[in-house]
Amino acid sequence: MAAPTLAPPAPASPWGRLRWTLADGVTLIGRELSRLRQEPGELVVALIFPGIMVLLFGYVFGSSIGVPGGGNYREYLMPGLFAMVTFSSVMAVTMRVATDASRGVMDRFRSMPMARSAVPFGHTGADVLSGAVNLVIMAIMGLLVGWQPHRGLWPAVQAFLLIFLFRYAMSWLGCYVGLAVKNEQTADQMLPLVFPVTMLSNAFVPTGGMPAWLRVLSDWNPVSALTTALRQLFGNPGAAVTHPSWPNEHPVAMTVLWSVTLLAVFVPLSIRAYRRKGR
Amino acid sequence: MSEPIVVAEGLHKRFGDTHALRGLDLAVPAGTVCGVLGPNGAGKTTAVRILATLADPDAGHARIGGHDVVRDADRVRAMIGLAGQYAAVDEKLTGRGNLRMFGRLYHLSRRDARRRADELLDRFGLAEAADRQVAGYSGGMRRRLDLIASLILRPRVLFLDEPTTGLDPRSRGEIWDAVRELVAEGTTVLLTTQYLDEADRLADDVAVVDHGRVIATGTPDRLKAAIGDRVDVVLEDASLTVRAADVLARMAGAEAAADPAAGRISVPVAGGAVRLADVVRELDRAGMAPADVSLRRPTLDEVFLRLTDREKETV
Repeated sequence: MAAPTLAPPAPASPWGRLRWTLADGVTLIGRELSRLRQEPGELVVALIFPGIMVLLFGYVFGSSIGVPGGGNYREYLMPGLFAMVTFSSVMAVTMRVATDASRGVMDRFRSMPMARSAVPFGHTGADVLSGAVNLVIMAIMGLLVGWQPHRGLWPAVQAFLLIFLFRYAMSWLGCYVGLAVKNEQTADQMLPLVFPVTMLSNAFVPTGGMPAWLRVLSDWNPVSALTTALRQLFGNPGAAVTHPSWPNEHPVAMTVLWSVTLLAVFVPLSIRAYRRKGR
Repeated sequence: MSEPIVVAEGLHKRFGDTHALRGLDLAVPAGTVCGVLGPNGAGKTTAVRILATLADPDAGHARIGGHDVVRDADRVRAMIGLAGQYAAVDEKLTGRGNLRMFGRLYHLSRRDARRRADELLDRFGLAEAADRQVAGYSGGMRRRLDLIASLILRPRVLFLDEPTTGLDPRSRGEIWDAVRELVAEGTTVLLTTQYLDEADRLADDVAVVDHGRVIATGTPDRLKAAIGDRVDVVLEDASLTVRAADVLARMAGAEAAADPAAGRISVPVAGGAVRLADVVRELDRAGMAPADVSLRRPTLDEVFLRLTDREKETV
């Protein structure tokens, strides 16, 4: 055997600890890249559902849905799909974290001299990365069916940043749920819960015809806020306020508020759940 | 340093109503293999989890190389390796990818992590499969990968929690060879197992755990000697088994285990009180000719059953 490779001793300074945390986080993000390289098909699988939605809504139901203020329904639909996919990404993180927990990978991490917060940061960081690849493919899909940003580069960039912010916030929620359930099967059973939340919004249909109480739910749904914000920033139809409510009139602020709240709650909760030992 | 490298003192742990550990003590001298034996639910895994810093004890202390597993957890983590019952590796990655990732997470430089991965894969016979996804590995290969992932830092103490449970005999032999090599290089190993032959082959010392406590410790030989040698008899006429067992039990002054279908009887004989010649003569006199009579050490299984049975009576 070659000379012993000794691990560097744990840094004592807070700056050194932070560097370790970042390095570990980067390694775990790299892990996600390697996984994608091994199974590039996963990216495609993640796009099957939104692809079906484009077909189903864009061409089947869409023909009988009137866009408020007029306009192409598929242009109306794309921001909703971006929002839906972003919201649903919570399940991917939950599954990954729960799989790590149930297969013992999490225990191996815990038995190593790693930074304690690196694992949740790594998982959520990795999700944003795969989210970026996802987003590019979806945007291309949108361009193919006639969607496009109309208000120029800067608003479009803002729109994508908003998507990333919300996705990052959702990934922390997913991370916490994954750490809490610790079991792939349970995580899998939670999948049907996500779909109705995305439908209870203005992502696919105008909410003007909903009963008043349902409309309130839909208005405060982050999926609606993100959808409206994206319609405004991309200059897509349906962005006009049909019924006045605070989230309706300030969709960007509402999305940011949702994101910050989710982060404020689930970053500390996730890190605490990861550190908590026992069983 | 005279203190054993692994020390546990009075560990208690409960989960709800279950008292997993009730005052477990353990001491493993550096460079030895300690086999922790016990039935399912005896507290073996809980003890390992506490020693490997994955769980905190409710009461009691544990030190690895003099470092407290609760207060100095990071120091402890830099000295230990843990391989579990299930293969704790990423199935989506290749074997090499897994080892490189873990190497980086141990804060080796990129180059060192790469070199160490190649070295370990070569040494433990996984070089050929190194670039295949772990999902396609056999159970034995996964377990070996899991084991070598815990060797990246050359740990001074290696915890193996049922490392061969569910493996075929060949894969089990491969894991055993790997463990022996590591021990020859000076690694201390704490191994939990349900397989007594595993402890018999690998362990210098055995700690028998039941109901969250160590109920006996010693070398496998000493434990066997403590319950005494046994005389095994095989009868030509199996129908006489029960009668022959009575004869033997009277001679030995102990209960005889009989297998009437095979005509096989086994009886403990403490301290050479019964000689083989006497056994043959007594059986002859009763008209039951033995086909085979032998004196032997008890197996560790018999030691284990005896100890855990006694425990049952006292609880």
